[in-house]
Amino acid sequence: MKNFAQLIKTLDSTNKTNTKVEALTEYFRHANDKDKVWTIAILSHRRPPRPVNTTLLRLWASELANIPLWLFEESYHIVGDLAETIALVIPTTKNQSDKSLSEFVEEMITLKKKPEDEKKKYLHQNWLALNYYERFVFTKLITGSFRIGVSQKLMTRALARVTEMDEDILAHKLMGDWNPQTVSFQKLVLDEKPEDMLSKPYPFYLAYALEDEVEELGNPDEWAAEHKWDGIRSQTIIRNGELFVWSRGEELVTDKYPEFQCFIDTLPDGTVIDGEILPWVNNSIGSFNDLQTRIGRKIVSAAILKKVPVIIKAYDLLEWQGKDIRDLPYKERRRLLELMYEGVKELDLPLQISEQVTFNNWEEAVREKERAREVRSEGLMFKRKDSPYLVGRKKGDWWKWKLDPYSIDAVLTYAMRGHGRRSNLFTDYTFALWQEKEDGERELVTFAKAYSGLTDKEFRMVDDYIKKNTLERFGPVRSVTPKLVFEIGFEGIALSGRHKSGVATRFPRILRWRTDKAIEDANTIEDLKALIPK
Amino acid sequence: MKQPLLAFNDKGIYCAQANVYLDPWRPVTNAIITHGHSDHSRSGHKNYITHHLNVPIIKHRLGDINVTGKDWGETFSVNGVTFSLHPAGHIVGSAQVRVEYKGEVWVFTGDYKTEDDGLATPYEVVKCDTFITECTFGLPAFKWLPQQEVFNDINTWWAQNKAEGKTSVLFGYTLGKAQRLLKHLDTDIGKIYTHGAVENMTEVIRPMVDLPPTTLITRDTKKEEIAGNMVIAPPSAHGTPWIRKMTPYVTGAASGWMAFRGARRRRAIDRGFVLSDHCDWQSLLESIKATGCEKVISTHGYSEIFSKYLREQGYDARTEHTQYEGETDEGETEQKDQREKEGGES
Repeated sequence: MKNFAQLIKTLDSTNKTNTKVEALTEYFRHANDKDKVWTIAILSHRRPPRPVNTTLLRLWASELANIPLWLFEESYHIVGDLAETIALVIPTTKNQSDKSLSEFVEEMITLKKKPEDEKKKYLHQNWLALNYYERFVFTKLITGSFRIGVSQKLMTRALARVTEMDEDILAHKLMGDWNPQTVSFQKLVLDEKPEDMLSKPYPFYLAYALEDEVEELGNPDEWAAEHKWDGIRSQTIIRNGELFVWSRGEELVTDKYPEFQCFIDTLPDGTVIDGEILPWVNNSIGSFNDLQTRIGRKIVSAAILKKVPVIIKAYDLLEWQGKDIRDLPYKERRRLLELMYEGVKELDLPLQISEQVTFNNWEEAVREKERAREVRSEGLMFKRKDSPYLVGRKKGDWWKWKLDPYSIDAVLTYAMRGHGRRSNLFTDYTFALWQEKEDGERELVTFAKAYSGLTDKEFRMVDDYIKKNTLERFGPVRSVTPKLVFEIGFEGIALSGRHKSGVATRFPRILRWRTDKAIEDANTIEDLKALIPK
Repeated sequence: MKQPLLAFNDKGIYCAQANVYLDPWRPVTNAIITHGHSDHSRSGHKNYITHHLNVPIIKHRLGDINVTGKDWGETFSVNGVTFSLHPAGHIVGSAQVRVEYKGEVWVFTGDYKTEDDGLATPYEVVKCDTFITECTFGLPAFKWLPQQEVFNDINTWWAQNKAEGKTSVLFGYTLGKAQRLLKHLDTDIGKIYTHGAVENMTEVIRPMVDLPPTTLITRDTKKEEIAGNMVIAPPSAHGTPWIRKMTPYVTGAASGWMAFRGARRRRAIDRGFVLSDHCDWQSLLESIKATGCEKVISTHGYSEIFSKYLREQGYDARTEHTQYEGETDEGETEQKDQREKEGGES
């Protein structure tokens, strides 16, 4: 554990990519195989199941620190991170623990099934046996949320250095559904086993956002374009008579979409499709909100299947007739995709092809982009016709060109402290719009929360305003005298019964601070509803 | 109802019987000043009374003022009220104010810490009935390590940076923290350079405390001579063009707030050292207990939370709002006006 805690400390205390990769490389060079596997698992968000819920963690930590629970909770609100709060309030003793990371994790796994008093004893014992930073890392492992600014990519790069393996091949190996409890480092990383590859997806190629003028892409003839769909990026694999559906988060989601099972008997074996999962309601693309009702569910009921059916909009073909064709130029892969689609399009499958948009010059592309909301897309995608399918986010061949977001002017009404690096500032805001009451008076009604989009300096100014203009406190939340107006941007909008305003927005964020506007100038709920696509 | 010996009004902490203010934030006639940080010692008062060690400090900061210096424990009476100053251990010359009238004793701490830092006259417990205390770090999340451990870390960090060919830039507020760092840096490792604001204040402190030699960074200072050495700068120097001269450099900050990962990350500091001139949770509680007081008034810091906890422990505790800021996340209040006034080398 000492080495792992030291690694996390180093990763956490630098913003420099090179320092991070070096620290990871050093760690992987010296860690034992079991610790290596668990480290890979933890840094790729395959955490052990949470053995104790946070309510009990708070209670037991406050007992050990000899402080009342309310005082622990207040400290937590201010510190902003549960594991950090626990590590801070519990005293450090002279005790030591030489247990390794994997020993700890394996103990945590068996702990889950133990009675409460044993869990408590285990936690108290270990909290006292670890030093401050080890205690923090240990508690992080228990609470599960391990965000320390190391992407899977950096970890893979370090591992590639240590094993002298190809980074892309490693990325491929580390994807998918493996169990850190049973897999050995040899098997996971070092062995080459083709049969393990059956379910494995290819690393996704990710597009960069187009920031310059579209003309900068050069000759329009070199580019293919299609609409950018607003669903779930997915990879659909048919191999050896089995179906695997992966989401971009490298999660195996086959069971969530039973309607795709029909692909096994209809699509040729040895096919891998890159495409978007989209809700298909009343023969047209539904909203992302519709899709959300399916994402969260473990068990997909017949009712929900009927209410929100889904389709795949296919836009690329990565494997064809059992062969990895990612090195073929895009136009060739596209030709094969169309060929495949031709063969099944009469079968009424939940499969569509993402239509190509034709344009002879950039002006026509601009006009097509303006149709995006009409066809329920987020904008356009450009793909270089002669480009291979790359790994990860690499600049140059794929560009996404998104519509400007919807925007509306809203009033800041509530604020909460941020988390992590913003825990001393009020940076999580709730915004409201005007609504007319029955008596004709106007009131502010909450419609969205947002916590990004201002500069650090602006955050400090707003924070200062909030601290001086607090009306009421509700735990970590403060209501604020309505005065500040912000332009709020969002990507999608739909009617919603679950929101007080009656409207749900997608990816709300602050576009800018409207210091030129008074609260009377803010928009109304009616203005917001007028933005909903008909 | 009997008027309390000390009351909080819109100018500061007021003793009506003596017509004297403690650390007032608006101009008054008679002001007793606990220490030199700008949220406690403001300009515009007619008469200043403070410990004599603080006299050169506030004269440096406030210019030509009418100030009287007192010794530790020296009593002076105004209209039947007896005042005396006692060491607060916060920075050089920092005092608690003891106020006695007809057998009733109040103590106002100003800012204080109980650990002996080797510079400030060590904190002394003063028995009282009512204790007016700061609680900048009045949360159980704050626990300081003995300063020797922190300085071992700082010196190890410096030596390591030097071995890697990098300059160490350590941020600490101009008055107090900067000199505390200077005092405990291991000068066998290398030379210590200073930012203008730090150098000016250090010159004021030197006659009172034995400090290692420092070199002011000026326009003529060569980049090569700084390399691998230590630079002490105010937090406000972070991210300014001034710092480019130190390239390649590594930044560190010494502050109580560095206990929080968030504080360090937000300020984009490479290394945080948890080192404060204020009490941590435990020493606040211990010093309150040691005074034998019944009533506790918390001024700046997490005062609402702290008072609520004290009430649960059986104290008659409440909060009063003041304009003191203690150690802010940006460094002690001191910083902003120091930099504006003295400019440094930016």
